[in-house]
Amino acid sequence: MTAAIFYAAAAMGRKVQAPALVASDGFSARYDLDRVRGVFSRPEHKLAGASYRDRVLVLDAAKGGVATAWMLYEMQARGIVPAALVLNRVNPIMVQGAALADFTMISGFAIDITRAIPAGALVEVDPTAARPFIRVVDARYLSS
Amino acid sequence: MRAGAAGPLRQWAIEHQIKVGDYLGAEDFVPVGQAHIMADTESLGLAGVEWLERWAALPRQQRLVRIPTITDPRGTDFAAAARLKQEPWMLDLERRAIAAFEALGVLMTDTCINYQTIMPPVRGEHCAYGDTGVVIYANSVCGARSNFEGGPSALSAAMTGRTPRYGYHLAPRRAATLVVELSWTPRELSDWGALGGIVGRLAGDYWQVPALTGVDHVPSSDEMKHFGAALASYGSVALFHMAGITPEAMRIDDVVAAALPKHGVGEADVRAFLKHYRATIDAIDVVVFAAPQLSLMEMQTLAAMLDGRRAGVPLFAVTSPQVKADADRMGLTARIEAAGGTVLSGMCFYQSYAREMAEANGWRRLATNSAKLTNILGGYGYQPALLSMQACVAAACAGGKLGP
Repeated sequence: MTAAIFYAAAAMGRKVQAPALVASDGFSARYDLDRVRGVFSRPEHKLAGASYRDRVLVLDAAKGGVATAWMLYEMQARGIVPAALVLNRVNPIMVQGAALADFTMISGFAIDITRAIPAGALVEVDPTAARPFIRVVDARYLSS
Repeated sequence: MRAGAAGPLRQWAIEHQIKVGDYLGAEDFVPVGQAHIMADTESLGLAGVEWLERWAALPRQQRLVRIPTITDPRGTDFAAAARLKQEPWMLDLERRAIAAFEALGVLMTDTCINYQTIMPPVRGEHCAYGDTGVVIYANSVCGARSNFEGGPSALSAAMTGRTPRYGYHLAPRRAATLVVELSWTPRELSDWGALGGIVGRLAGDYWQVPALTGVDHVPSSDEMKHFGAALASYGSVALFHMAGITPEAMRIDDVVAAALPKHGVGEADVRAFLKHYRATIDAIDVVVFAAPQLSLMEMQTLAAMLDGRRAGVPLFAVTSPQVKADADRMGLTARIEAAGGTVLSGMCFYQSYAREMAEANGWRRLATNSAKLTNILGGYGYQPALLSMQACVAAACAGGKLGP
């Protein structure tokens, strides 16, 4: 167990708790995902082959094109969707997509968040707090 | 609008814009002159199409756009859908989306090269453009002001006539954040795309603005198009400057306000970038010229390269409906198709169920001169090779075998 908590500069959506999928890599729904199977599909991506369903994605920066603005909504409708997105840096598309889908997203940290959150940890993301945050609930959740 | 007096669509639109603007630090709104909506049905899915149809069913005065609003490529060319082995459900979804947009008063231009064919923005004009290639060209080459506006946000701007004032609507945001010193200037479109990919990786995210020095000639519109599209694709970058060339950087000092990180890029970097995509394949199943859609000049160049030859693997040239009509009238379509190619109109390859097309047609190894397409298609299961247009044509006419 650890009490590690990291505050974000911006946030939207609802409070969620789920295992974290972590990589120092970017995120684009069009470029990186097989949205039917619910896995990262771009071979060069550090999470290639990993399922993102019901995971808190902790990644570096929003990448790619404008399609993610629609795709988060479509993924949400089919229920094959991450639990939340936690990014060092967003682009407007990710914000627009999260706004349409009423999706949980926080971004902007004092540290590199991809180095701070252990892969597989159970994390809580609370965008509704006065200071939005991601908190490690159980650092060894998926390995214990 | 927030109270709903202008109807539920405009109420949703302004609330959406406020939510986005609050997240990104906008203090107010800015009026916009044009909107451009990316909304292919592969992105929308059934849920997105049904969402649009709900708005399209509103009374006329509540549903019509307030500013000229146009569309990015669609997910099919109905005339060629059978050739591409697209499924009937894809076409049904496309028809439903088109009907919904038409009910909203959107002009179905179906193009990502509106800056070459429809109505280029002017310097200082605020726009709400979708398609990253459109945004980066409008910002950088035209000096217009737009952020990446995904479909929902571009539609919001169309409904309200404004957009949150953040990012590249603000002058201070338009200053360079890194300098790229070129020791070599590309000539081929594929080389310009590779350069865009390299600079995009150096930049790294949306909020970076590269300023290039050392460009030894004024690039053509098509060269700028391929460079910008790749830069936006690899780096999520929305604005670049070229010293002495782009309108806000007539002098490098106009955009470089402080000591910035500097990177050198030369021909060897571009060749290494291209080689990376050739490393794993020695033959291809299909050739695609797209992303962005081809200009009339690119169509002419391609037609000339194919004259008297015969493609032994499928070869697609994807262009806008506006260019297609001219290409038909001027005989370019006939020349490309006489050589075994297929001209597709109003779609873009990666926005048209690329994964399903690959599976239905047995396409895996793909040659293109578009760095942007190369970057995208890996995630759809393709092995792309980034080659010059000439090398792509040579491979197609050699039955798919790649040259040295």
